[in-house]
Amino acid sequence: MALSGIQIYKLLPQTNCKECGYPTCLAFAMKLAAKQAELSACPYVSEESKKQLAESAAPPIRLVTLKGRDSEVKAGNEVCLFRHEKTFYNKPGLFIRLQASDPDLVQKVRQAADYKVTYVGIDFTVDGFAIQADGDLGAAVKAVRSVTGRPLILMGDPASLPAGLEACSGETPMIYTADASNWEAFADLAIKYKAALAIKGTSLEEIADLTQKIQAKGVEDLVLDLGGKNLGDWLALSTQVRRLALKNFRPLGYPVIALTGGGEKAPLTATQAIAKYAGFVVLDTFSPELLYALLVLRENIYTDPQKPIQVQPGIYEINKPTAESPVLVTTNFSITYFAVANEVEGSGLPAWLVVCDAEGMSVLTAWAAGKFDAERIAKSVKGFDVASKVSHKRLVLPGHVAVLSGELEEELPDWEIKVGPREAVDLPAYMKQVLA
Amino acid sequence: MPIEIPKDKWPGSVQTVTLGATAAEGGTRTKTVTVGGQTSMPFMHFETPAPNPPAVAIEIKSQRPEDWSPLLAEVWGESMNDPAQWATKAQEAGADLLVLALTLNDTPESAAAAAKAVLSASGLPLIVFGPGQVEKDNELLVAVAEATKGEKIGLGICEDKNYRTIVATALANGHLVTARAPMDVNLSKQLNILITDMGLPLDRILMDPTTGALGYGMEYGYSVMERLRLAALQGDRMTQLPMIVTVGFEAWKAKEAKVGEGVPAAWGDWKRRAIHWETITAMALIEAGADILVLRHPESVALIKAAIAELIPA
Repeated sequence: MALSGIQIYKLLPQTNCKECGYPTCLAFAMKLAAKQAELSACPYVSEESKKQLAESAAPPIRLVTLKGRDSEVKAGNEVCLFRHEKTFYNKPGLFIRLQASDPDLVQKVRQAADYKVTYVGIDFTVDGFAIQADGDLGAAVKAVRSVTGRPLILMGDPASLPAGLEACSGETPMIYTADASNWEAFADLAIKYKAALAIKGTSLEEIADLTQKIQAKGVEDLVLDLGGKNLGDWLALSTQVRRLALKNFRPLGYPVIALTGGGEKAPLTATQAIAKYAGFVVLDTFSPELLYALLVLRENIYTDPQKPIQVQPGIYEINKPTAESPVLVTTNFSITYFAVANEVEGSGLPAWLVVCDAEGMSVLTAWAAGKFDAERIAKSVKGFDVASKVSHKRLVLPGHVAVLSGELEEELPDWEIKVGPREAVDLPAYMKQVLA
Repeated sequence: MPIEIPKDKWPGSVQTVTLGATAAEGGTRTKTVTVGGQTSMPFMHFETPAPNPPAVAIEIKSQRPEDWSPLLAEVWGESMNDPAQWATKAQEAGADLLVLALTLNDTPESAAAAAKAVLSASGLPLIVFGPGQVEKDNELLVAVAEATKGEKIGLGICEDKNYRTIVATALANGHLVTARAPMDVNLSKQLNILITDMGLPLDRILMDPTTGALGYGMEYGYSVMERLRLAALQGDRMTQLPMIVTVGFEAWKAKEAKVGEGVPAAWGDWKRRAIHWETITAMALIEAGADILVLRHPESVALIKAAIAELIPA
């Protein structure tokens, strides 16, 4: 694992020359350990020390970047088993698999490439395409490239792949998959075309042997297909690989690719892959409802637990409110804010939305944690000068915190406090029936 | 290259909890459900033998719910008017146990009658949830607990504001409780301490860590569950309870599942999206350690049961 500040200090010249910009070598070592400084700032460090430090600084899971013409997808660089320990960093790329022989190839690519969906104000799209070389791969890649420049995974054997690789030269695609019988030919292709290489084996031992051999040949960007005969098997393998990698077992320190297959089971296979450490997920069919669900899942799992996604507290205008429009109150947790804002917007009714600083928590969670109480709401109402925007003095509280209405009346004596619905989805009906 | 697979050795284990009592045990259930018993993180069977698999419950209501998604009304049809019929259909749909959710319109008499009707229609173990309003819950659950004495049903939802009455009636009538705390490891632990302090043994408590649906804060519940399970395995006694999650309730409340009109075209097919919303939330929480999943749609039940079968080696 990474070296401590003291361990790094022992590898430095210990002359306190200050040329790195820090007063002592120890201070510099501490900054290096915290990854807040670069070793290159020290002009005197020995080659031997550089090598040792570079090895310890290398991430336990290699960062593999697939580059298309217009975008790229990164996997690897993860540092933990459970997201609460730190966070998961590089969201697994979601790829759609297509057949080179498919007469509707262009149409299918266009449909998936055009797909865009919005969740809590973030736009999501498909990350890339996997093309199976069951026909003219060169022509298929050209056809795909006529529609989209997103990263590619080319699937086939060493004989069929070069045509496809020629057609996307200058990019960094992934080629899939080498095994013990053909790895040399695959490695040659990966070197020649600067591609990342996916490999598979019948056991972790076999996979580790392969990565060692392929790495010795000069291919660094490897991706592991763990196989696994069912969900339980795959979960065990993926967990074992993550654990070994985090213990700095280099032969398995690479991102994992999961092929979900088709059929009814695919959504759950993909769910497990996203939750449990896959770096690339390949779906067999393009289905908007499934993609949306998986993209939201990926966003949820990869949200930094220390930094819940928040919106800026303040007073938000929805559908051009006037002095007569109602005033609704909610918290600054992104999901809460967007749920409420989308409903009100969708209703076509104008409203003022007071977003209180509840430290990025939802209504109920914030209330339970004492971050969304009468005092805080009153402070927001006064702080954002809500009274100056409206001619009435009526405030609508979320139904989940109906219990706060009494206290809030004390905090805001001139205001009438109304209790709204518990769920955002019921707001339009409430606004039409109760507030109209 | 030989590889030594890193295996975790934990000092603690999850409490085993059984719902339902057969005739021999003083009840009338034809089947009981046992959950818990884990000695490693979910499905790490290369470390320790597989424990009890997660169980799937189907949620039914004492009175026809007016606010449920039309997709659910379509699939359950007329049976939604009658808890006994609904229970029979839920059993046919593959439920391991049933959850009967009472409503604010229930009286103690109607609640007790609904629970008894469900128990005579189906031999599956039962959990009964109040409508979620402290006083009403107490009133209804006491009546239900007394009318079903000895059946070892689960009574919920037991929260810090109302646990006393529910725990007392569980103690008096041989039932279990489900203890819900709002997505917080310490609050869960605290509530379990309060409940056991009243004399209810740990093998009669299920813990509901509270969860959000996919897209609605699921990740909070997910991480709280992983942390609770890690604490349990580390030996923290008051976190060693099996976890129950109300996935159906949460997922079908989400706009993505509930409604089919006035939503973005990119959301795709409504029915399949709704099933994805329920099953993907459930699957993620299974990975985080859920022991009982309360679902609503029979197709979700079939998919999740198939997934559980794959996670537990034959």
